[in-house]
Amino acid sequence: MTPSAPFVDPWQIHPVQIVEAVPESEGVTTYRLRYCGGGGKADYAFQPGQFNMLYVPGAGEMAISMSGEDRQAEGWLHTVRLAGVVTHAMSRLGVGGVLGMRGPFGKPWPLDNAQGCDVIVVAGGIGLAPLRPALQQLSAQRSAYGRLALLYGARTPSGLLYRNDYATWQDAGWQVELTVDRHEPGWTGRVGVVPQLFDRLRGLNTGRTVVFICGPEVMILFAARAALARGIPPQQIWVSLERHMQCGVGMCGHCQLGPLLLCRDGPVVRYDHAERWLQVEGL
Amino acid sequence: MVDQATADEQYLAKADFQVLLDLLAGEGYEVIGPTLGEGAIVYGPLRSVADLPRGWTDEQEAGHYRLVRRNDEAWFGFVVGPQSWKQYLFPPRTRLLTAKCEHGTWKMQPAEEPVPKYAFLGVRACELAALDVQDRVFMHSAFPDPHYVQRRQQALVIAVNCTQAAPTCFCTSMATGPRCRQGFDLALTELAEGFVLEIGSPRGRELAARLPLAPASEQQCRDAADARAQAEQQITRHLATAGLRELLLSNLNHPHWDEVAARCLSCANCTMVCPTCFCSSVEEVSDLLGEQIARERVWDSCFNPQFSYVHGGLVRHNIRSRYRQWLTHKLATWHDQFGTSGCVGCGRCISWCPVGIDLTQEVAGFRAAADRALFDRRPGAGEHAASVSGQGRGPSGLSASRPFLQQPRGEAGRPLPDEAPELGQSDAPGSESPRSTEGR
Repeated sequence: MTPSAPFVDPWQIHPVQIVEAVPESEGVTTYRLRYCGGGGKADYAFQPGQFNMLYVPGAGEMAISMSGEDRQAEGWLHTVRLAGVVTHAMSRLGVGGVLGMRGPFGKPWPLDNAQGCDVIVVAGGIGLAPLRPALQQLSAQRSAYGRLALLYGARTPSGLLYRNDYATWQDAGWQVELTVDRHEPGWTGRVGVVPQLFDRLRGLNTGRTVVFICGPEVMILFAARAALARGIPPQQIWVSLERHMQCGVGMCGHCQLGPLLLCRDGPVVRYDHAERWLQVEGL
Repeated sequence: MVDQATADEQYLAKADFQVLLDLLAGEGYEVIGPTLGEGAIVYGPLRSVADLPRGWTDEQEAGHYRLVRRNDEAWFGFVVGPQSWKQYLFPPRTRLLTAKCEHGTWKMQPAEEPVPKYAFLGVRACELAALDVQDRVFMHSAFPDPHYVQRRQQALVIAVNCTQAAPTCFCTSMATGPRCRQGFDLALTELAEGFVLEIGSPRGRELAARLPLAPASEQQCRDAADARAQAEQQITRHLATAGLRELLLSNLNHPHWDEVAARCLSCANCTMVCPTCFCSSVEEVSDLLGEQIARERVWDSCFNPQFSYVHGGLVRHNIRSRYRQWLTHKLATWHDQFGTSGCVGCGRCISWCPVGIDLTQEVAGFRAAADRALFDRRPGAGEHAASVSGQGRGPSGLSASRPFLQQPRGEAGRPLPDEAPELGQSDAPGSESPRSTEGR
């Protein structure tokens, strides 16, 4: 269902089944989803950074980014944090439960444009979820990119997502730098905020470095400033932003940030297109 | 501007007008047009010419709308009421989908509702422009809304040129009227005994061929042009659009927003009567067992606090931020999003605001403040600026008793060097659109 596809009903919801639910951390679960009965689109494909509208009948819809794909099973992953009515209803469905989905929607991370560049991925908390498919694709096409670095932090060590993936990414050539806001027993790593991790990167080739950032909005702002302070131009910084997306296709007006309709023009936006609006309180 | 009559113009006598209504009904159209109701001129089904608000007009001002008897029997001798055609193409409540639980699994189907085949009669020039604005939102998109598209594609549009204007009208500022120039199948100009008719589409031509028309006489064409010119001459309200996008977007923290917020009730009336406002929310409508569910789209408004809810709270948690969202979206960021202003100059939001907030006045306020700021920045201009303010007249001629003409407070009123409003330069809608460099 790409934007260039012939006329489709963007409101049509397809039934999908939860085939696996893996707890990640307190209140955060990764769901593996698949079309019910193979009756949907077997060729389901999305681009890293895009989102789906997940629907629990009676509870409503929510926009959730894809956090990975499942090629063998023709399914995909969504990492969901318990937040409101819909996420709680989804958590009660459990494995085998059926819910609805429409998508994928939105602008992805510009991975093709980043070919030949160094890539710095910066994530805070659950903000790693929309970046994970990008990490996977960059790893799979390792030779097309320069230096790769992941700067990731969470409030606590147990809040760090996808802990089994770090070694895989390091093997694929990623420099993985972690930090937490508050340590817990057993944590021997860094304590501090994510933007400080830029200090771990030496000898940046700023002219050909691309930065992808996702996390709480305040973290995005400070991480972007840290990148700018090191000389990376704003046109090479991309951020994934969150507002209440309801229609997913730019016709309900909910997810506006200044001139941006984030479901349509985002969620991934070039930083110099968003910076001016992010700095206005209550916009 | 001289309104030249074209050779294409025909004449339809009022005595024959019922033929048009019957012809449309015979073609399966549901004819919708102006009629008296709820103490206003509203849109509703038209079966007979007797349903038209013959001999009535509307008296409008900021926060004011009254029906008044005319001293003639004109059929279309009024401007626009609280309703617009959007309620037919983008209904206040639309069923999008039904979900039904069968044997433990969910069956989800598009709502199968009959698509009405409308003939809109009495569409004004500003409303033609509003249809075009909503076409851009719902139809000219990567994901068109099927509910809008189906209704829109089979709707027939019969426009009626305004022959008078209300004090709230400012279509001339928005370059949308008062003359109907495009977007109609047929367009009428009312004379005492009949209508001068223009054809705007092949469908309109087919329809016209079946009407008892006569070629319009030179005198009839002249009278029609005079009637249209009268509407244009009566327009007094003005919204200066040059540089408007940048003016508003470079003053997002201006103290004038607080001043408007103190008057605004955040009641959402302006968004309900606006013919282009398109914000909506989807509701879950469930039976008691939770086994049959309908998803229904309802009109929403950026003035409703919950509209900006994101988990954890509201983004626009005060009236200041909500009014700012509405005005900047309507007049500025709409250009970025849809390549046009969201305002067509119909004046509905002015008439139907319970406290009479007038967006043209608010914009004039920002403009005056920006002019002042530029004036203040000139070397040695400080004392002069103070005396201008003290004399009670700002550069735009507004009373200085309005707070926005006071010295801008702190950071807020000072345009940043790269954001300074380019006063006097031509308006280039969306010229700084983030998307313009990216394409879609």
